[in-house]
Amino acid sequence: MQFFFEVLIAGLLSGVMYALVALGFVLIFKASGVFNFAQGAMVFFAALTTVGLKEEFGLSLWVAIPITMVVMVLLGIATERIVLRPLVNQHDITLFMATIGLTFFIEGFAQLVWGSTVRKLDLPIQDVPIEFVMERTGMLISQFDVIAAIICAILVAALAILFNKTKVGRALRAVADDHQAALSVGIPLQHVWAIVWAVAGFVALVAGLLWGARNGVQFALIFVALKALPVLILGGFTSVPGAIVGGLIIGASEKLAEVYIGPYVGGGIEGWFPYVLALVFLLIRPEGLFGEKIIRRI
Amino acid sequence: MKLKFVKALAVSAVAATTALTGALATAQEQFIPILSYRVGLYAAGGSGFFGGAIDYFNLVNANGGINGVKISWEECETEYAATRGVECYERLKKKNGGATLVEPLGTGIAYGILDRLPADKIPMTTLGYGRSDAANGQVFPYVFPLITSYWNQAAGMIKYLGDKSGGMDKLKGKKIVHLYHDSAYGREPFPVLEAYEKQLGFQLIKIPVPHPGTDQNAQWLQIRQANPDHVILWGWGVMNAVALKTAARVGFPREKMLGVWWAGSEEDTIPAGDAAKGYTTMTFNTPGNYPVIDEIRKKVYGANKGNLSDKDRIGSVYHMRGITAAMLWVEGIRNAQNKYGKGKVMTGEQVRWGLENLNVDEKRQRELGALNMFPTIKTSCQDHEGSGAVKVQVWDGKAWKAVTPNWVVGDRAMIQKMVAESSAKYAAEKKITPACLPG
Repeated sequence: MQFFFEVLIAGLLSGVMYALVALGFVLIFKASGVFNFAQGAMVFFAALTTVGLKEEFGLSLWVAIPITMVVMVLLGIATERIVLRPLVNQHDITLFMATIGLTFFIEGFAQLVWGSTVRKLDLPIQDVPIEFVMERTGMLISQFDVIAAIICAILVAALAILFNKTKVGRALRAVADDHQAALSVGIPLQHVWAIVWAVAGFVALVAGLLWGARNGVQFALIFVALKALPVLILGGFTSVPGAIVGGLIIGASEKLAEVYIGPYVGGGIEGWFPYVLALVFLLIRPEGLFGEKIIRRI
Repeated sequence: MKLKFVKALAVSAVAATTALTGALATAQEQFIPILSYRVGLYAAGGSGFFGGAIDYFNLVNANGGINGVKISWEECETEYAATRGVECYERLKKKNGGATLVEPLGTGIAYGILDRLPADKIPMTTLGYGRSDAANGQVFPYVFPLITSYWNQAAGMIKYLGDKSGGMDKLKGKKIVHLYHDSAYGREPFPVLEAYEKQLGFQLIKIPVPHPGTDQNAQWLQIRQANPDHVILWGWGVMNAVALKTAARVGFPREKMLGVWWAGSEEDTIPAGDAAKGYTTMTFNTPGNYPVIDEIRKKVYGANKGNLSDKDRIGSVYHMRGITAAMLWVEGIRNAQNKYGKGKVMTGEQVRWGLENLNVDEKRQRELGALNMFPTIKTSCQDHEGSGAVKVQVWDGKAWKAVTPNWVVGDRAMIQKMVAESSAKYAAEKKITPACLPG
């Protein structure tokens, strides 16, 4: 039984890490209706820029992080100016295709600027089991994962306040509902998009730092976006809490499936199991657990 | 404090010039296409390996070429993708008088061009990867898995674990986990490990990791529960660093882990930090410094012709592997010249013969400034591998150090039997009549 709980908790904590990436997708989708394919590339770019500034310029981590934040905000603003602004009122698929182009640009640009070598990122958080838990329960729970979960919780709370309690948040929701209607009541669409892309850049930075410290800063970071997709389908593309709950369900179920079902089918199922789960949810509840139900007049 | 992109632009300019040089190669130059990958998922390994190969080409040219014949080359970016690799091969194979040989450094690309080689008469080397049964030159006359194949490496691993335990018989009753990249690459050593399991009586537990392996909590909890005596890490790319970090997280001793050589570079251990200390892997290069590397520093980097933008990577695992590969290619060309005419440009067919009759013994290694840098190699039509020997290295937190002073060789007879059986099956399937090609 102890082993079951250990797998479950490890899965939940992994799920939080997936949710962290999923949050970036939710932000953009919520504010602009665009599925931002480039979110994984933004995670990679943010982590690589931080570690690049640290190594190439000898900056401390605490200086490199704010500079990277500025870079991510500038990237967000530039994306709005150069990519999105000319495409206002175009079909969603056009905007989606634009983000695919953006993905390849960011990936290539990041490697051009900082090189393609694998780098180490040290955060002042140790990736070791928590002794207190180990002594009391015999379970190995990573200190790093627990702190990552706390960071994620703080981030979600901050985003929830931003969306629900501020003027900017109301504008974001209005733009998400209808670009043209929002424009007609005087909401500056461009500003709203620039803000939301900048916030998504910040979320990418947090995700990039945590994933980069966990796995090393390397090109493979873009693949963490793949882990976020079933989370989004499950939690809903427009819900911040949905991303968290979706992440927890996906993380826990994929680990339990790998450990308890995997051995009977040759193992290695955690790569596709979350997608099967997401598909099942999609059939039952297409808008996801917490997504907004879309009702259209025909 | 220079910006990387300035360096990158400079390197690009050099690469562009180099590519142009290749394109303008005269008939007196030996042309080698370079199917490299410097961007994408596996760029770190690709830039080190192909950087090492090009550095060695530059050294050979600086020293006057191969009996006066200079080497020319052209790079084509594959991003490690089979489709792009095949496209690069097709684009370059007839350029500048024709390709001398090809080394794709990727199993997918190697499989993609395997059947084209006999028709194009271009030999392909697959150093430390690809089909293990391609060691049989009677069935695969144009393929050279030089030094060691996956099967011999797996045999070397079991031999090392046996020696470490106090004898092969001591492996009886032990548990060995094979933690592998869930792909053809990860499954390649199955026949060898299963044969040893039967022969020696240990328990083999196979645990796959789905690509790319960015999260391995489930696998390592299974390993902790199984409590094995050893874990073989057959990983690639990000999977390796994640395995090391997750092993540390669940408290599994790194000293009990033995990695494949694609899990044994600085790119695998540095991102893992302290979690990699004490981790051992197989290798076909003895870590350390060699006269040939010093010569590259002096003559190539000293003349600003070095291929690596980061000079700290000179002599790293991938860089040394690239130098080794290029050294063997040059030896193959030199060998061919000895038979077909010194100072002449060799055809792919002639270089194939040169590679099939390699004899890089200790005396030759010393002349090349690479004594003991890789095992001695003697190829033949029946043995395109030429060695089968491996070494074990350990990461001490800063650098790789050799664990085994001598080269480790597993059960060669067993592997040769498996090569013969598997290649015979391939020959039957492809309707090939096994035979040695005439010189």
